[in-house]
Amino acid sequence: MTKLSPLSKLQVSMGGALLALFTIVLARGAMADSVPSRIVSVGGSVTEIVFALGQEHRLVARDTTSNFPAEARKLPDVGYVRRLSPEGLLSVAPDMILAEEGAGPPETFDVLADTGLPIVTVPMGFDLPSVQNKIRAVAKALDAVDAGEDLAAQVTTDVEEASQLAGLRDQKVLFVLSMQGGRIMAAGGNTAAQGVLTLSGAQNAIAGFDGYKLVSDEAVLTAAPDVILMMQSHRPGAVTAADVLAHPSIAATPAGRAQAVLQMDGMLLLGFSVRTGQAVSELAAGLAAAGS
Amino acid sequence: MVAATTDYAPHQNGGRTSGAQKVTAALCVLLLGVSIAGLAVGAADTSLWSGLFAVMQGEDLSLRDEIVLLHIRLPRLLTGLLVGAALASSGALLQGLFRNPLADPGIIGVSAGASFGAVCAIVLGGALPFANFLGAALLPIFAFAGAWGATLLLYGIATRRGRTSVATMLLAGIALSALTMAFTGVLIYMADDAQMRDFTFWNMGALSGANWNKLLIVAPVVLLALGTAQFLANGLNAMALGEDAARHMGVSVQVIKRLAILCVAAATGVSVAISGGIGFVGIVVPHVLRLVSGPDHKHLVLNSALLGACMLVSADVVARVIIAPAELPIGIITAIFGGPFFLWILLRQRGVVDL
Repeated sequence: MTKLSPLSKLQVSMGGALLALFTIVLARGAMADSVPSRIVSVGGSVTEIVFALGQEHRLVARDTTSNFPAEARKLPDVGYVRRLSPEGLLSVAPDMILAEEGAGPPETFDVLADTGLPIVTVPMGFDLPSVQNKIRAVAKALDAVDAGEDLAAQVTTDVEEASQLAGLRDQKVLFVLSMQGGRIMAAGGNTAAQGVLTLSGAQNAIAGFDGYKLVSDEAVLTAAPDVILMMQSHRPGAVTAADVLAHPSIAATPAGRAQAVLQMDGMLLLGFSVRTGQAVSELAAGLAAAGS
Repeated sequence: MVAATTDYAPHQNGGRTSGAQKVTAALCVLLLGVSIAGLAVGAADTSLWSGLFAVMQGEDLSLRDEIVLLHIRLPRLLTGLLVGAALASSGALLQGLFRNPLADPGIIGVSAGASFGAVCAIVLGGALPFANFLGAALLPIFAFAGAWGATLLLYGIATRRGRTSVATMLLAGIALSALTMAFTGVLIYMADDAQMRDFTFWNMGALSGANWNKLLIVAPVVLLALGTAQFLANGLNAMALGEDAARHMGVSVQVIKRLAILCVAAATGVSVAISGGIGFVGIVVPHVLRLVSGPDHKHLVLNSALLGACMLVSADVVARVIIAPAELPIGIITAIFGGPFFLWILLRQRGVVDL
């Protein structure tokens, strides 16, 4: 105790100092608004947009989920998108944080806001308008509104063309996020997987819940998917198409009998960013091949 | 396990008393050292020394340095000190109270209850009408409520006609933990991918969310609990001989039990609420000190608080620089360094640990 009570006194005096400091912080809050040139990009889809806008030279760091394009990985990694540390972010001396919705924790952003650091939140969503909004939000933050409109128009054309080409197909697709220990975690409603399936004209085989959930073997059988969709992983020990087809309940579905397993890059498929048009056409092509 | 052993019998090894005081002094020096490290080391290139120098010269710090030193590192250091002290001395109190070397705050339901509260806030938080009003405070409040709820329920179950049975508490604690974990499991099942990740990270603990607001709530509770704990030492020493023996020695066993449980629930409840699950400190620290300076609670509780504070702040310093600018959850560090260290001590002194 003898050691701790001086600490508590220190803390009380710090409380007073805080008040004074807060005033200083407020006074300095309005800093010179030059164009930000040291940006931390948080969220894989946001980083992709920054690169697509040709503004990557203004990035100083990225989060763990920002792994495309390959050059992005050369930037220092400030940690997982929902678990950022304030000092880690400040250590790269940023003058703006560009973060996708849901980045956090809130405490970290509270501290950063105290430094007067501009924090731009980019909205998320799993349809074409959301992609447009994302691009516009990033472009506005980067002071590249015109380039943003061009990119948004380009992406819109890409996605619409790809969707049109895909048409409406009569295929039910089960998106398998993981198969840890033989238990299937599948995509329900309100997920990026469902969003990209809708754009490709296919149906999500499993409905009735939101997000990614473990589903029972019987639910998989009942869903009777025509195609199984998975993320590609090159990690050793990752689930392969053969593993999926060997799963007893999947083997008994139409997809299992037809050996219809599609694997696509996760960030491409689920990122809902500049490459969504490409994702839709690749997925549609894969589905068409699987259906024939 | 249940019977008192010589390791818990106090007052027989007076020779160790001065040793314990030396340990206290050494720990104070160590604490000062790690505290300076806690302010000086971090991902940002802000220097404590040039900051101090600037202040002494009457110059203003840059805003960024001010924020890093006063709003990030200092509250984080103080939170680490308090949480470490709370967890370690809670471990010492409970091991004494339950006469069980494996006791830690988990044994009175704190961990399971706090986990349940946290997962409630993460998964159901968005649906609650008052969630927006509470904002970032929602999770700590729920975690604290969960920790307290579980402990009070357990205490109620184990108390009959004004007497608390520690054996009942121990066993009911296992049952209640299993039940709480099951409810937690239901919520995890309902959770989406992001919520599950949030919960996983919460479980591994972190001090990176520390700020003055949280500290102002946590500090009084922890300091009060730690202060009260110092007065329980004699009672816990007597109870090492068995509850009946302690009662015959004139110790109000029930009062000791109640105070010890309240202290632990309060201190660890708020600690877990703001820093998440940080394991191992509550077990390792008291055992290390018992091996070094004996089982007398008069020194053990205080020394545990000091060593726990040192351990957590050191772990935090490692956590924040080892993969900078990203950060490792502190629970991982305490286990990675604490586990082998504890094993080494156990193996070296195998003969002593016959609890």
